[in-house]
Amino acid sequence: MAEPSSGSDKLMIGQSRTGIYVAHAVLILGILIVAFPIYYTFVASTHSLQTILRPPLPLLPGDRFIENYSEALFGGVGRIGGVPVSTLLFNTTVVALGIAIGKIIISILSAYAIVFFRFPLRMTFFWIIFITLMLPVEVRILPTYKVMVDLGMIDTYAGLIVPLIASATATLLFRQFFLTIPGELVEAARVDGAGPFRFFKDILLPLSRTNIAALFVILFIYGWTQYLWPLLVTNDNQMNTIVIALKKMVSFADADTEWHLVMVTSMLAIVPPILVVVLMQRWFVRGLVETEK
Amino acid sequence: MATVDLKDVRKVYAGGVEAVKGVSIAIPDKALCVLVGPSGCGKSTLLRMIAGLETITGGTCAFDGKVVNAIGPTERDIAMVFQNYALYPHMKVYDNMAYGLRNRGTPKDEIERRVHETAKILELSHLLERRPRELSGGQRQRVAMGRAIVRNPKVFLFDEPLSNLDAKLRGQMRVEIKNLQRSLGVTSVYVTHDQLEAMTLADILVVMNAGQVEQLGNPLDIYEKPASTFVASFIGAPPMNLLPVTDVKFSDGTVISAPAQATTLGFRPEDADVTQRSSGDGLALDATVEGVEPVGAESFLYCAAAGQRVVVRVAGRSSHELGEKLTVTARPEKLHWFDSNGKRAG
Ligand SMILES: Nc1ncnc2c1ncn2[C@@H]1O[C@H](COP(=O)(O)OP(=O)(O)OP(=O)(O)O)[C@@H](O)[C@H]1O
Ligand SMILES: [Mg+2]
Repeated sequence: MAEPSSGSDKLMIGQSRTGIYVAHAVLILGILIVAFPIYYTFVASTHSLQTILRPPLPLLPGDRFIENYSEALFGGVGRIGGVPVSTLLFNTTVVALGIAIGKIIISILSAYAIVFFRFPLRMTFFWIIFITLMLPVEVRILPTYKVMVDLGMIDTYAGLIVPLIASATATLLFRQFFLTIPGELVEAARVDGAGPFRFFKDILLPLSRTNIAALFVILFIYGWTQYLWPLLVTNDNQMNTIVIALKKMVSFADADTEWHLVMVTSMLAIVPPILVVVLMQRWFVRGLVETEK
Repeated sequence: MATVDLKDVRKVYAGGVEAVKGVSIAIPDKALCVLVGPSGCGKSTLLRMIAGLETITGGTCAFDGKVVNAIGPTERDIAMVFQNYALYPHMKVYDNMAYGLRNRGTPKDEIERRVHETAKILELSHLLERRPRELSGGQRQRVAMGRAIVRNPKVFLFDEPLSNLDAKLRGQMRVEIKNLQRSLGVTSVYVTHDQLEAMTLADILVVMNAGQVEQLGNPLDIYEKPASTFVASFIGAPPMNLLPVTDVKFSDGTVISAPAQATTLGFRPEDADVTQRSSGDGLALDATVEGVEPVGAESFLYCAAAGQRVVVRVAGRSSHELGEKLTVTARPEKLHWFDSNGKRAG
């Protein structure tokens, strides 16, 4: 990195020092506003239930961090049938990964077919995929549920994942990207003796990594935060995802709710998406830098 | 090594555009055939049909006498250099060159030997570990050449490979391509719209216009005896001066004596001369200097004559001034005549 080291060199043209201070003040304020509730949740997750129920809640973390977290992770939470949060995390990870990977595989393959092959009714298929954009899960929920029941897929991972996999959005995204690949490159590969499969594996996939990484992040979070469908398709507490479990943990009566565990579960629920974003960000930032010609 | 035979090759695109309208060219083994013509005349289309990237909708294309219309680019055993190089952006130079060999199942050590050998010829050895975006335009061009050479194909196909380089580099690469093609002895088809490239590279020059061959042959023959006004104005720079015969009057009012049917008179800027007085035979046109373009070793005079603009090349620095009256002359054997259809007459 050959960045200028002295502070004044970093000023952009036409930027005054005051301007920078004001901008930073606004940004810091924004961060405080966004981050404070999360911090407060964390603080709550380290106090005992009694402390939480007796306002005001302290602003500093308490001493029950290890107790609360191990109770939630391994002990089992009463209100959701004694299922430990570790099971919830595992379930949700499977579902989110399944949805993200499944969607990517399905959509990259369909985009590949639509862009690079000429087959009868190609545009018809394209439009059919496009139209499904207008039919989100919520709209087709009854027939889908019926199908799942008939296939005996209630309370299974497959039942949680498969109905959410088909993705018109991701297909369209890949299609747009594939359309930007120069025809010459495709022809060069043909001249070099790469058949359809080799072209896909050796050229298209490596060129799409940035897109795949970005989509993976988006789709993982989409899968992680699914609410309506997991709620319908799971009856067994063992199969709950973390979002559903969180909802079930909160009772109407305040005294019935183990608030300290709810807070712990909330904290744990945001860890994997954050991890995915942080880890993958490095990936797609590198990808973005590399593809620049 | 192969001969390439095109017989009445046609291409009608799906939309009904007839891009190539019956082209026949016979390219002998080891020859370099250059297709030249204005933009949109169907050069790339023809080349891509030879490559097998585009279906042939009429006529035949044969390699070594074997018709290849129905087989794909891989089986035709051709290599192509694209205008924008089409290097695989995510692969190192080495892999870019090795990819075609790998797909053909060449053994690993053989691939390594051939890639290094080719890299040495093209002076790419120190760049093998780089990716295309870390190379200059000229180096990318070499890699594209290397990718073609390393496979040792039957036929090389080039589609305006030098058009993205600057003038100096283009000159260097032109010489290099010619030498490589000679030493490797691979039959080649080269598309360009640069007439200088066409003249210097070609064993066989094919001038195309609107999907048809206007003239085909040795480049110097074409230069000396252009078959039509189109070829005359396309080959040679600046282009040949073309004047309607009836406009070419001498000071005494007589019309120049032309062969029967000739309606257009042509002469090249480099075949003309300027004097102060009219000479005996040949062409002598009264002209006024309208512009002078010194290039260094030569200068071009732009003159108004016979109601037209005429270009004359004079050696060295020109002493002529704007508005100066002079006579443009050309020897009779240097005059070209064309009939009313633009075809050569006499
Ligand atoms: N895929 C296509 N579908 C329909 N028409 C096409 C297609 N490709 C080319 N054409 C048309 O065919 C004609 C010849 O095109 P071609 O690309 O062969 O020209 P060219 O001689 O290579 O021109 P340039 O020097 O600009 O590259 C043009 O009129 C073009 O519009
Ligand atoms: Mg072209």
